[in-house]
Amino acid sequence: MSDAPATPVKKTNRIGLELSQYRGSKTTLCAGCGHNAITERIIDAFYEMGIDAKKVLKLSGIGCSSKSPAYFLNQSHGFNSVHGRMPSVATGAMMANKTMMAIGISGDGDTGAIGAGQFMHLMRRNLPIIYVVEDNGCYGLTKGQFSPTADQGSKAKNGVVNDLPPLDLCALAIELGATFVARSFSGDKKQLLGILKAAIAHKGTCLIDVISPCVTFNDHEGSTKSYAYVKDHDEVLGEVTFVPYFDDITVEYEPGSTTDVKMHDGSHLFLRKIADDYNPSDRMSAIKLLHDTARRGEFATGVFYVAPDAEDFLTALNTVDTPLAFLPQEMTRPGKAVLDQLMEGLK
Amino acid sequence: MSLANDFSIQVATVNGSGSNTANLVLLRSIFQMGVPVSGKNLFPSNIAGLPTWFTIRANHRGYIARKKEIDILVAMNAETAREDVLSLEPGRLVVYDDPLKLSALRDDLTFIAVPYDKIVAEVCPDAKLRKLVKNMIYDGVLAHLLNIDLAEMEKALGKQLGKKPKAMALNWGALQAGHKYASENFPASDKYKVERMNKTDGKILVEGNAAAGMGCLFAGVTVVAWYPITPSSSLPEAVIGYLRKYRMDEKTGKATFSVIQAEDEIAAIGMVIGASWAGARAMTSTSGPGVSLMSEFAGLSYYAEVPAVVFNIQRVGPSTGLPTRTAQGDILSTAINSHGDTKHPMLLPGSVEECYQMAMDVFDLSERLQTIVYVMSDLDLGMNTWMSDTFKYPEKPFDRGKVLDEAKVRELGASWGRYKDVDGDGVPWRSLPDTKAPGFFTRGSGHNEMAAYSERPEDYLKNLDRLNRKFDTARSLVPQPIVDVVAGAKIGIIGYGSSDFAIQESRDQLREEQGISTSYLRLRAYPFTPELEDFIRRHDRVYLVEQNRDAQMLSLVLIDGDRTLAAKIQSVLHYSGMPIDARSITDGILAKERA
Repeated sequence: MSDAPATPVKKTNRIGLELSQYRGSKTTLCAGCGHNAITERIIDAFYEMGIDAKKVLKLSGIGCSSKSPAYFLNQSHGFNSVHGRMPSVATGAMMANKTMMAIGISGDGDTGAIGAGQFMHLMRRNLPIIYVVEDNGCYGLTKGQFSPTADQGSKAKNGVVNDLPPLDLCALAIELGATFVARSFSGDKKQLLGILKAAIAHKGTCLIDVISPCVTFNDHEGSTKSYAYVKDHDEVLGEVTFVPYFDDITVEYEPGSTTDVKMHDGSHLFLRKIADDYNPSDRMSAIKLLHDTARRGEFATGVFYVAPDAEDFLTALNTVDTPLAFLPQEMTRPGKAVLDQLMEGLK
Repeated sequence: MSLANDFSIQVATVNGSGSNTANLVLLRSIFQMGVPVSGKNLFPSNIAGLPTWFTIRANHRGYIARKKEIDILVAMNAETAREDVLSLEPGRLVVYDDPLKLSALRDDLTFIAVPYDKIVAEVCPDAKLRKLVKNMIYDGVLAHLLNIDLAEMEKALGKQLGKKPKAMALNWGALQAGHKYASENFPASDKYKVERMNKTDGKILVEGNAAAGMGCLFAGVTVVAWYPITPSSSLPEAVIGYLRKYRMDEKTGKATFSVIQAEDEIAAIGMVIGASWAGARAMTSTSGPGVSLMSEFAGLSYYAEVPAVVFNIQRVGPSTGLPTRTAQGDILSTAINSHGDTKHPMLLPGSVEECYQMAMDVFDLSERLQTIVYVMSDLDLGMNTWMSDTFKYPEKPFDRGKVLDEAKVRELGASWGRYKDVDGDGVPWRSLPDTKAPGFFTRGSGHNEMAAYSERPEDYLKNLDRLNRKFDTARSLVPQPIVDVVAGAKIGIIGYGSSDFAIQESRDQLREEQGISTSYLRLRAYPFTPELEDFIRRHDRVYLVEQNRDAQMLSLVLIDGDRTLAAKIQSVLHYSGMPIDARSITDGILAKERA
């Protein structure tokens, strides 16, 4: 067989899988929707990090964003659940099997309005999950109503002006207890991929707010979440470079202008600073940065806050190593002596 | 007339005054003398300050439902004392706090005045503790009046306070002082007394919520998500207590369970569904308002076919209603809890023993049927103290339902569809994450047999009709009703849940007082089984007893079964918030019989 023509070697990742094996079903969202670009980056990130899709749970609430888990990682189990309630379903699922990696996809309405309560408590618990908000400032699936992240003064397609100030999901997440908080833009391939890869390495709640313009209802003049507006007003918080623990660090960084965050799993997150005094492990500077940029009508993007060693919710539960879902009856039904003891106490 | 071992005691106190220990000691000491008892706490929605009543019934025949009439009143609460005394039937006994001067109110009752403050001051030097210790005095007084063995009271007190020697000594001293005072000043009652018998051998005293908690422990629950609500909270709290004690892995000291107090009931059920979807045995417990909040998720569980175990400890509604009063008011709303076409199996425990047993059954059923299943208890059953036989250790192994393992994956191969009915029982095979079986996408939106998104009318119809077949399969799996058909009886009584003990007693009243014999069917689950229709057909007149205003179970019988049978069924309804009693049922049936 030595003279048979050599078949071209397909490119695979470190666990021997091709990129195509990380894809999902065909998208049913509008052509040009920012969400589809985010889907592509998620596929790239899981592929490049060499994550086994069988160890991933995909979860979502309801809305355009929440449909997208069907479009990536086909081999993973997915759950398109209830509007605003993805956090609770994810929490239960991870309690059942702490060895899984969870990625939750939500939208600005799903998270900031109907799901605000569950969002808050998920952040507070620091449940290990990558929580992506595909943020377009409107309800796409019900035809363009404003969501709580719509900017004050922004104009809807039908001319209605939003007169309420927006929620800043990143500032909230930092305040509430999330341990990895970032913002990016669906059109910024490089930055979003770097952030997603770093989030995969992080153990704890990662809140990633991704500005994702709605091409149908919110990409017109006067919208502060249009492609044009975001491109003009995106203040990148330096450069995000992520080096996974299995790659050698070959890039050189200028000391003094770069922060090296050592992640829990041994990976490195390099943040090139825009301001010398910016410290991604300091909540106050993160919140100040978000307020300062918002006041100027700009979006800061990048990783604002990381606490790589904070205790996560699942670790605090101190459960046995085997996932609770797979414990055998011998470990979960106490013997007859226990019932006898209980009965004796009630006689 | 002497009423040995047949009386009710009502202790009227102020919420938060610490009477609980005294009441349990009284209850237990009678129980230890072999006399069947039950204890009910009639309490307000309040932590301290409002009136509360603890009722003990002792009955040699074993009746443990509430007795409508009060025989012995212990009046400790100035605020309610007058009304409590005026409501008594003539000839009853009143033990009261001397300064209340109650004896002037009526001349047809026996009054026992006790100077509590004087007695307690002598035995309890610390003035701060007197309020709590004071209650033990009426135990001592009643021990004398009713001839309760002091040694049994000491033993019962030891059960409560045995681990706290100082508290034990102080309370025991007060109890004895009460006994001494009563012995020196009053004769024992010639009417009411406790006589030793042997009807409590091998029996236990327990609340339904604690019993259900034990059931969850032995059912191997691994994820508990809950939100506090009266009268449910004591159930998850019991589960948590048992889990911490009995479910820490011996080798590693780590937990074989996880517990989360959710931010609300919506989150609690979301967590249960997430955990069950990932393969855990997960549960939550709530009451009517919580079930209402869970309704969207209940529909998702039904339609996406994810197991979920929910205890509904019913209380008076709607919304806040009377949160500390009992009812069976959520039967209809729980059975069809959600939007669209949904219906859910419900288990109906009628005793603390069934609270325990059904807490195990419900996990098997929910996993077998891959759907939400409710256990419909109530405040009376859940929070009150009931006598019961000891619980049996489960012999059946867990039924984890149709979960794809490697062999099944090989057998079904690529033809596996998450929502395909391969066995003809309407129950498809599911796969779990983190196994060798294929993954799939779970969704509430329209889907076909392969779990792919679909809005095709034929896919939707096929799915909904299969879910109906699954509901029929549930009929063969749920606990069957308990049927007692009496030859020649023209009247049939149907009941369920916490009404059972009162119905049993009412049947005796009808037979002994009126010469009317009755048959009885006690429902133990929804959906119904063929025994129900057979029973209705067999009898000329059928009375369905329930604790709600709108005859909710009757509505379900009509939805689920042969509607032409409706003409035979009349309702006997009890919905005042008080636990149901036999006399009310008897009177209700007789009124309709005579109409």
